[in-house]
Amino acid sequence: MAKNNLYSKVTASGGARQSRITLQSRWAAYVQHHKLTAVESLLRLLKSPGGSAMTWVVLAIALALPMTLYVSLENVKQLSRAWDQSSQISVYLKANTLPRFAQALTQDIQDMPTVAQAVYISPEQALSEFSASTGLSDVVQGLENNPLPGVISVIPKLDGKGSGAVEDLELALSQLRHVESVQLDLLWVKRLFQFMELGQRLVWALAALLGLAVLLIIGNTIRLSIESRRDEILVVKLVGGTDAFVRRPFLYTGIWFGLGGGLIAYMLLSIGLYWLSGPIENLISLYGSDFVLQGLSLGDSLLLIFDGVLLGWFGAWLAVSRHLAKIKP
Amino acid sequence: MAHVRFDNVSKSYPGGHQALSELSFEINQGEIAFLTGHSGAGKSTLLKLIMLMEKASHGQVLVDGVNLARLSNGQIPYHRRRVGVVFQNHQLLFDRSVFENVALPLRISGYTSRDLERRVRAALDKVGLLRYEKKSPIELSGGEQQRVGIARAVVNKPSLILADEPTGNLDPKLSREIMNLFEQFNDVGVSVLIASHDLNLIGRLDHRVIALKDGRLLGERAAGERTAGGSTSGVTRG
Ligand SMILES: Nc1ncnc2c1ncn2[C@@H]1O[C@H](COP(=O)(O)OP(=O)(O)OP(=O)(O)O)[C@@H](O)[C@H]1O
Ligand SMILES: [Mg+2]
Repeated sequence: MAKNNLYSKVTASGGARQSRITLQSRWAAYVQHHKLTAVESLLRLLKSPGGSAMTWVVLAIALALPMTLYVSLENVKQLSRAWDQSSQISVYLKANTLPRFAQALTQDIQDMPTVAQAVYISPEQALSEFSASTGLSDVVQGLENNPLPGVISVIPKLDGKGSGAVEDLELALSQLRHVESVQLDLLWVKRLFQFMELGQRLVWALAALLGLAVLLIIGNTIRLSIESRRDEILVVKLVGGTDAFVRRPFLYTGIWFGLGGGLIAYMLLSIGLYWLSGPIENLISLYGSDFVLQGLSLGDSLLLIFDGVLLGWFGAWLAVSRHLAKIKP
Repeated sequence: MAHVRFDNVSKSYPGGHQALSELSFEINQGEIAFLTGHSGAGKSTLLKLIMLMEKASHGQVLVDGVNLARLSNGQIPYHRRRVGVVFQNHQLLFDRSVFENVALPLRISGYTSRDLERRVRAALDKVGLLRYEKKSPIELSGGEQQRVGIARAVVNKPSLILADEPTGNLDPKLSREIMNLFEQFNDVGVSVLIASHDLNLIGRLDHRVIALKDGRLLGERAAGERTAGGSTSGVTRG
């Protein structure tokens, strides 16, 4: 057998000394080991492509669902902007308001930044419209004086500022001089916004639930992986591996699962949006709106993938913390 | 200072089995000693206490003057890195090469590739297996696997080597060679404790022997008290 060249230094006390490792080389080794572990974990996943792909797709679906809802909601919001324009506010003036004050008021309202159009309808006009539309002209002619007030019909210009903007305008109008009362004709606009707020919360709730599902899926996958690598963990611990060292390959496994899931989710969404964009745009164009289907923004895409990675890492961390403690020593 | 010191140590396993009872002895720095006794006498348990794979139920185990019971969970890995262990069932990983098996303690301790390769090759050369570095341990014979385990135990240059039946699967000639390896490590100042019931082998070598029976110290034979005929009859009853 070879000459003893393994132990070179012998300390005064007689024991061989472990050669010193500088901080710098320790750091280099640390980085090196991270890279090595990352690559090894990925290769390990690719070694059983069937199982890994299945996990990736399940994760992708869990990640894509809330994102799909989110994108739909964003598009409904955009659509509702077009409908804002058609909502109308009727401003009823006090009885006996002189026509010239009414005219001036109409001009003032017209000049407000959130108003697209303001039209004055005098009591006389209102009465004739009423008699024409109801066919009660005999009754109307029998009246001693005109019971109808003057009305300014206002079309707001909201540019999708949300339900608050409509209410602000309503309040501003009601506080003007000569104004008796204000009525928002299209209450459903308000309702739509309320529904969208509800929708937004649903998206969050769903995202939280499916996020939990992602954690559980990854946790379970990692648990199986820990069980199958039990011997290795044991040996690593016996030759002095720290918990961080033991945990590392599993955390990378979680990250790879999350990253793969996020990327596939992104692809699913992009394909789905592309597939739907034609019919939807055709449909909307029938209503004369210049609606364009919004896809995933860069920020949203990155968020989706980053969420996947983060959930993957965290799920793995939870699983490893729970199950490594059970492997003694 | 004693390298390893057992101070009235008892160990009972969860089932209630008393594996070690009121055991006291010392191993000095740079000493080589055999630990012997019948199967179930407690040899492996004794080594496990030094490795902190198990904790003493009573008494103290000190290594380099440090009471192992005082080590925190975070300190245990660093303690283990200073002790090289050859396991009874060698504990090699069959999903990686011989080289990677031996490299494991160095990766854990934070060596860069270049340093690491040099050391792994030196350790494999030492046990005469350099030509097998790319093979999987599963392709090796029992004796060769045992030697890979030894290379892994010494690659990080520990100051204390524990070996549990290192010659279990080996023929007499190979056993002799393995023992020769441990003696070489001992020559450069490493303390070595070898658990074995190969009385023939122990008898032929002139080292200290610690004998256990049912978890108790049966007796000791100091180095240089070898009796003719290669038996351990020289062990004084305690
Ligand atoms: N994990 C355990 N749980 C319960 N009892 C154990 C455990 N490990 C060992 N024992 C018991 O402790 C006693 C000592 O076991 P140990 O493994 O130390 O013996 P040994 O001297 O190494 O034997 P061998 O020569 O067969 O390896 C045995 O009776 C064994 O049954
Ligand atoms: Mg044993």
